[in-house]
Amino acid sequence: MSFRKLSLGLAAVTMLAGTALPAFAQDSIYVPLFTYRTGPFAGSGTFIADGMHDYLEMLNQRDGGIGGVKLVLEECETGYDTKKGVECYEAVKGKNPVVVNPWSTGITLPLIPRASVDKIPILSMAYGLSASARGDIFPWVFNPPATYWDGLSMIIKYIGQKEGGLEKLKGKKIGFIHLDAAFGKEPVPLLQELAKDIGFEVALYPVAAQDMQNQSSQWLSARRDRPDYMIMWGWGSMNGAAVKEAVRSGYPMDKFYSVWWPSEDDARSGGGGAKGFKMLNWHAVGTNFPAIQDIQKHVVDKGMSKAQKDKVGELLYNRGVYNSLLIAEGIAQAQKITGKKAVTGEDVRRGMENIKLDAARLKELGLDGFTETLTLSCADHNGHRPAFMQEWDGAKWVKISDPIEPMTDRVKGQLDAAAKDYAEKNAGWPKRTEACDKAS
Amino acid sequence: MLYREAGQFKTNYVADSAIFPLREDRIGLALIILAAYALAFLGSSFLLQAVLIPFLVFSLAAIGLNILTGYTGLLSLGTGAFMGVGAYACYKLMTAFPGVNVIVWIFVSGFFSAAVGALFGLPSLRIKGFYLAVATLAAQFFLQWCFIRIPWLVNYNVSGALDAPLRTLFGTPIMGPNATPQTRYLVVLTIVILLTWLASNLVHGRIGRMWIAIRDMDLAAELMGIRPLQTKLLAFAVSSYYCGVAGALLVFLWYGGAEYDVFNINQSFFILFMVIIGGLGSLIGSFFGAALIFILPIVLGIVLPAMLSPFGLSVGADVIEHLRFMIVGALIIFFLIVEPHGLARLWQIGKQKLLVWPFPY
Repeated sequence: MSFRKLSLGLAAVTMLAGTALPAFAQDSIYVPLFTYRTGPFAGSGTFIADGMHDYLEMLNQRDGGIGGVKLVLEECETGYDTKKGVECYEAVKGKNPVVVNPWSTGITLPLIPRASVDKIPILSMAYGLSASARGDIFPWVFNPPATYWDGLSMIIKYIGQKEGGLEKLKGKKIGFIHLDAAFGKEPVPLLQELAKDIGFEVALYPVAAQDMQNQSSQWLSARRDRPDYMIMWGWGSMNGAAVKEAVRSGYPMDKFYSVWWPSEDDARSGGGGAKGFKMLNWHAVGTNFPAIQDIQKHVVDKGMSKAQKDKVGELLYNRGVYNSLLIAEGIAQAQKITGKKAVTGEDVRRGMENIKLDAARLKELGLDGFTETLTLSCADHNGHRPAFMQEWDGAKWVKISDPIEPMTDRVKGQLDAAAKDYAEKNAGWPKRTEACDKAS
Repeated sequence: MLYREAGQFKTNYVADSAIFPLREDRIGLALIILAAYALAFLGSSFLLQAVLIPFLVFSLAAIGLNILTGYTGLLSLGTGAFMGVGAYACYKLMTAFPGVNVIVWIFVSGFFSAAVGALFGLPSLRIKGFYLAVATLAAQFFLQWCFIRIPWLVNYNVSGALDAPLRTLFGTPIMGPNATPQTRYLVVLTIVILLTWLASNLVHGRIGRMWIAIRDMDLAAELMGIRPLQTKLLAFAVSSYYCGVAGALLVFLWYGGAEYDVFNINQSFFILFMVIIGGLGSLIGSFFGAALIFILPIVLGIVLPAMLSPFGLSVGADVIEHLRFMIVGALIIFFLIVEPHGLARLWQIGKQKLLVWPFPY
C-alpha cells in the first residue's frame, strides 16, 4: 500500500470533517464547555465539568432552555493542556459559540487577544488575567466575582482581624506557598507591598508544576522558618499534597489559609489532621437550594449527568454551577436587551456587562443565599465581590466568617497598572469601540 | 506502472548524486508543495489553524531533533527548552526592535537557541547515550527555570506570559490576533519549506556525512580525520537552531501567546516520539512522525463520534479522549513492531515495491 494514498486519504477526511461541521439551527444557542476529565488535573476538573453541564442541562429540561431557546451543550476535552485547549477553541469557533470558558489560565492567555477579533466573549471565572477586570481595556473578557489580588487582600484582612487589627501583623512572618507559574506568582507583588506598608515579613515557597506532588522541601523550609501564617495559591494535585505535607510536618492547620481552589478531596487527603484548614469561598456548598434540587430531580435522577449522586453539591460541583449561572444570566440579559431569542456572542457580551444578580434575582433563580450579589458593568468586568472564610471540620466545609470585603484601595492600583502595562506591551491593542449599554 | 526508472539515464555525476534521481519523485514533490500552498486557499480555518500550522511547526522541530538524534546519534531531551529559547529570544528581539521585520527576527532567534544548544552540547564529547540524555535533561530544567524566574525575558509582564504583538509583512498582518490563519499558514509553510530544503542539503553533503560517520562509529570517524568536538557541537547548534525557529513559530504564529509551561519536558518527549516513530535519520520521517503523533488524535476525535453514533452510542468528550490515547498508543506499538526503523522506512519499502511492480523483484 502506498503511504501517499493513505496520507491523501487522511488529508481528505480531515478536510471534510473540518468543512462539514454541523450547522446548528437558528433556534438554539450553542454553549461549548471546555472540560478536563482526563489528565493530572482531572481530580478537580471532573466535578467542575459536571456542575457546569448539569445546571445548563437542568435549564433545558425544566424550562426548555433560556427564554424558550434550547441550549446546545458540547464538551470539548482539554486535559488542562494549552495545545488541546487552542484546538478546542478552533473547533468550536465556527459553530457560533456565545461564550467560552477556558478553565485554565494557560488557555485563557492566548484567547484574550482573539476574543475581540472573533467576537466571542471569554468568561474566566476568578482566574485568567486579573487585569482583564477592566472592561474599558478588555471589553470581551470577564472574570467575576473577584481577582486574585482581591482574594489575597481578603485573607490578609481576615488574619489581621484575628490578630486584632492589621497593624498587629507587624513583625509577624507570613509564608506564601504557591504554584510557580503566572497564576501563583500574580499575588506576590501585592503581598510584598502590603508587607512593606504593614511591616510583616514574607517568605515565599514556590512549587514548580512538575513537583506539585512532592513538596517536602518547601515544608521543610517552612518548618525551619516557622511562619506565623501560611497562605496557599495552588491548583490540582498541588492542594492535596500541600495539605498532606502540612499535616505531616506538624504545621498548625488553623494558621493555614488558601485561596478558593482546594476541594473536599484535597482537605480529606490530610486525614483527620486537616481539621482547621481554612479557605476563601464565595458560594455555598450543599444541595439545600431549589435550583440544585432541580438539578437532582431533572438531570441526575434521570441519569443524564455523569456526576456521582453524592458529589452533587460538593464545593467544586457548585463552583461549576456558579459558572453556569453566570453563562445563563449573560444569555438571559442578552435576550432582554436585544429582544432576540437566539443571541450571538456579541449580544452575550452586552448581556454579561448587564449582569445584575441581586437578592431578588437569586431567589427567582432558586439560589437564594447561594452567593453574594454580583453586578457587572461596562467598566467593571469583575465586581470585586467579597468572599467568606470557611473551615474544614474534618468532614465538611463550615462557613466561619461574614463576607470579607477586599482592600479595594490597594488592589485598584495594581489592577490599573497591570491593565495599562498589558495594553502598552501589546502595541496596537485596540481601543474599546463597543458601545456601553445603559444599565437596565 | 507509472513509477519506474526505465528510460531515465544519468549522464553526469550531478544527476547521479541528486537527492531525487527519479523524475516521478520530482514531479510528486512539486505537486505536494503546490497542494500545500493551494490548501491555504481551499482549507477551512479549523484545518489551517488547528491542524496544518501545528503540524508544520512540529515537523520543523522534529527535523531539528532528527539532525541531532537521527543523524549524529546524540540523544537529547532538551528539545522543549531549546524551542523555548527561540521563542523568548524572538519576543525580546521583536519588542526591542519593532522596526525590523519580524521574519528576520524569527530566523535570528534560532541563532540564540543554537548558541545555548552548543553550550549544553559540550558534555557530549565525554558522555554518550543515556548519560547524555540525562545531561540534556539538565538543560531542560535549567532553561525552564530561567523562563519562570527571569521576568526580563517577558518584559516584566505581570502575567508572565509571552504574547504576540501585531506585526505585518508587505502590509498584511502575519502575527497577532488580526492575522488570519491563511496568512500565518503561508508564512509557516514557506519557512518550513525553506529550512527543510536547507536541512536536506546539509545532511546530504559533507557535513551530513561527518555527522553520520560520528553516529556510526565515532572512533573510526576520528581516525579518518573528522574532529568530534566541532562536528558534535555543530550538530547541537544546527539542531537547536531548527528547534528555536520552531519554538518561535509555535508561540507567535500558532498560539499567539503562551506561558513558560508550553516548553516543559512533555514537549521534549512529544518531539522525540515523533522522531522515533517517523524514522531516525530521515527528513520525510520527521513529517510522518509529526502527522502520526499530532494529526491522528485530531482525526480520531472527529471520526470516532461519527463512527460510533450510527450504533446508537453517544460517547462523551472524555471517553473519546481515552479512546484516542488507547488507539494512538496501540498504533505506536504496532508500527514499532512491524517497522522498528519508523514510517520513513515503510515509505522507502513502498517506493521500492512500486518501482518493480507488477513483478515481485
